[in-house]
Amino acid sequence: MGSGIRDKVVILGMGCSKFGERFDIGSDELLLEAFQECLNDAGIEKKDLQAAWLGSALDEINIGKSATRVAGTLHLPNIPVTRVENFCASGTEAFRGACYGVASGVYEIAIAMGVEKLKDTGYAGLPNSPAFGQKYVLTCPNISAPGMFAQLATAYSMKYGIPMERVKEAITHVSWKSHQNGAKNPKAHLRKAVSKEQIAGSPSIAYPLGLFDCCGVSDGCAMAVVTTPEVFKKLKPNQDAVKVKALQIAASSGEEEFTNRWDGCTIKSASIASQRAYDEAGIKDPRKEISMMEVHDCFSITELVTMEDLHISARGQAIDDVLNGFFDLDGGGIPCQVDGGLKCFGHPIGASGLRMLYEMYSQLLRRHPEDRLVKDARIGLTHNMGGFPNHNLVSVAIVGLD
Amino acid sequence: MIGICAYGGYVPRHRLNRMAIFGAMGWMNPVLIVHATGEKAVANFDEDSITLATAAGINCMEGFERERLDGVYFASTTAPFRERQNSVIMAGALCAREDVRTADFAGSLRSGTSALLSAIEAVGFNGGGPVLVSAADCRLGKSASVQEMYFGDAGASVLVGSENVIAEFKGSCSLAEDFVDHVRGSNSRFDRQWEERWIRDLGYNKFIPEAVQRLCQKFEMTPQDFEKIVYPCYMPSARRQIVKMLEIDPAVEQDGLQTVVGDTGSAQPLLMLGMALEEAEPGDKLLVIGYGNGCDALYFEVTEEIKKLKHRKRVSRSLAARQELDNYQKMLVWRDMIPADIGARGEEDLMMRWSLEWRHHNAVLGLQGSKCEVCGEQQFPPQLICANSECGAIDQRTPVNLSLGGGKIFTYTSDLLAASVNPPSFYGSIEFDGGGRAMMDFTDCTQEELVVGKRVKFTFRIQRYDSRRDLPIYFWKAIPIEEEVF
Repeated sequence: MGSGIRDKVVILGMGCSKFGERFDIGSDELLLEAFQECLNDAGIEKKDLQAAWLGSALDEINIGKSATRVAGTLHLPNIPVTRVENFCASGTEAFRGACYGVASGVYEIAIAMGVEKLKDTGYAGLPNSPAFGQKYVLTCPNISAPGMFAQLATAYSMKYGIPMERVKEAITHVSWKSHQNGAKNPKAHLRKAVSKEQIAGSPSIAYPLGLFDCCGVSDGCAMAVVTTPEVFKKLKPNQDAVKVKALQIAASSGEEEFTNRWDGCTIKSASIASQRAYDEAGIKDPRKEISMMEVHDCFSITELVTMEDLHISARGQAIDDVLNGFFDLDGGGIPCQVDGGLKCFGHPIGASGLRMLYEMYSQLLRRHPEDRLVKDARIGLTHNMGGFPNHNLVSVAIVGLD
Repeated sequence: MIGICAYGGYVPRHRLNRMAIFGAMGWMNPVLIVHATGEKAVANFDEDSITLATAAGINCMEGFERERLDGVYFASTTAPFRERQNSVIMAGALCAREDVRTADFAGSLRSGTSALLSAIEAVGFNGGGPVLVSAADCRLGKSASVQEMYFGDAGASVLVGSENVIAEFKGSCSLAEDFVDHVRGSNSRFDRQWEERWIRDLGYNKFIPEAVQRLCQKFEMTPQDFEKIVYPCYMPSARRQIVKMLEIDPAVEQDGLQTVVGDTGSAQPLLMLGMALEEAEPGDKLLVIGYGNGCDALYFEVTEEIKKLKHRKRVSRSLAARQELDNYQKMLVWRDMIPADIGARGEEDLMMRWSLEWRHHNAVLGLQGSKCEVCGEQQFPPQLICANSECGAIDQRTPVNLSLGGGKIFTYTSDLLAASVNPPSFYGSIEFDGGGRAMMDFTDCTQEELVVGKRVKFTFRIQRYDSRRDLPIYFWKAIPIEEEVF
């Protein structure tokens, strides 16, 4: 085993565009919004960047393959620019690339970028594409993302003998809480607090999920400049260092999809990735030590089961934690989706992982107004999940102050 | 002895009350009221003549080893492919051997009985293994046409062989006449017919009695010698006249299923024959007539073996499994007769990569998975390396045809976002009997019928239709069932 990433890399600066249905602008302008903020925050110039990683997922309606067009848009000074794609973890994957570049000693300053222009799709939801390969198309039913994730609820209700009404009550709270948080966030896509009645009564998308159980499909861009602790100290002697504590990815082995071993309502790769991340970061009791989280709430039910997969809630207990307000901003537990989450901040696939880190970074540096701040935040966790519950990959990142 | 060893039928679940058609289109053609009695069987949105024929074939082969089939014949006037053999697709879905003889019969509503005669000849000549004959049709009449009223969709099958014969073939005669009562050019979707009085008086009422007489002459018999006479004809007045002309007891005439299924074209004589065999007794003489551009007349005598055939009510059981199609417009959308907006999501192009499909054609056509030779676990699609993490055996597997068994529902959803001409899209994870899981579409069901743990059977269906290239793409779906069928 290697020694891990813990404390080897520091975030020097971050930027994040406003997320939303940005019909008036494209990837170029989204990149510019985040890039300017990011360089200003880092206090460096473009010429100081030594390498770049870029995450984007749906290249066919976005920036195309490679990152050459993005390098051309930002007119980066002939530095190595690598596009990475790992479904919804693409942004975190770009961050991982930049961090490993710095931690290896090859570069002192690297940038991770994530951008996605989804609102050129022409219809609601994610575009229909052979994203799992042509072979999968041969035997694949007529699916959509909400339908694939909705089945977590069928299985959860069955496994724990919990009536679907009770599951619905909990996932309604999940979405309600994210709307409460998103309403306070000027950069979020959906900025309206909504009542639980509105959420529970919203039109069905895929049983048992309704419209308000699904996250926004948005345009957006987020970035991070990372460096070594030494360079950080030199450049920003008066700022708290937000250090990278853990970066983990786990991909399904196929056992869940092809065998009878899976219970249908746990994300095995999340359970594995998070445990590895806790080990890497030296966290013994995540329920006590994690200050706040941004998780992959593509659907409300995903967030619910993720609370168990991250070893925060005991198996079968997430509903109680959710309904007791444990994940609410002022619930006295671990605030989750403090910026509104995918649900309300929005979900431009390639940018989401970096957007989550942007929120953790902003919280740790206490840059938000008082009503949005997580009290005594020291350790933040981010989580992305790409693919479907029965076959996926999960990334877990932990950042924090010493 | 050569003859019929088994029979089967498949009537699609949806039935449309003909008054619903009249209610929608009677304003245009008030005379339609004459035909607006009873209901017609309507293929589901994911069915066509290949899938109907396959379902009937599966039904017919219950209790028989499909591996033994030496021939698979498909008969239809609505074959989905002009090039790409339709019977080969059916043989693949039936998991027949690779060296099976396949052939398509087409061009006439008589193609069902023509295929049956060819199968009899093949078994007679080769003295060999059984040949499955499956006929199906999904003919289209234009909206507000008489044909739309009386056509129905169904498949019917007969297994022909030389062992365990339940109805011995005694002989046949044929008539070939270029009598153009119906016509469709090679680019026409809709049936065109000549004046109904002419069709009745110089068609049905002339050729059918003539075919019966010729056969009787050949075998020195009279029409009264038969316990059942099976002939397709949708017109009640023509049927009354034929009974009169043949001087037979009306009970000898096999019911034409017109008020419960409709005229199913190539499948009709075989579907009616199946109904006749359900009730037949040893010693019964049956006369079966295929009609279309002349006639085929086939003479069978039922044997003692029929008592040993399990599950005799094969066609009527399928007939009884019905659900009312709640509106006429659904049928128009399913048959692509009115342009319906399924959303831009449904317009994304997924061209079939045929070289890829060929590499996986056993999995696609036969729902063939793999069984690990080391740990014994089943997996679908076939896995090069066993997915059981405690095993992980590399390249040690045998094929297993999962469509032969059933499964049960593990998870499900009802999806309104996925583009479909029949929303919502029902799908979920199913567990195969003997292990392994797959995410599959559910069909022929309502959301209420989807329950975790419920049994499913598998059905070969159109997985998607490539409208740009006019190609149906097939795969298997799951149907929730109340109890084990057979």
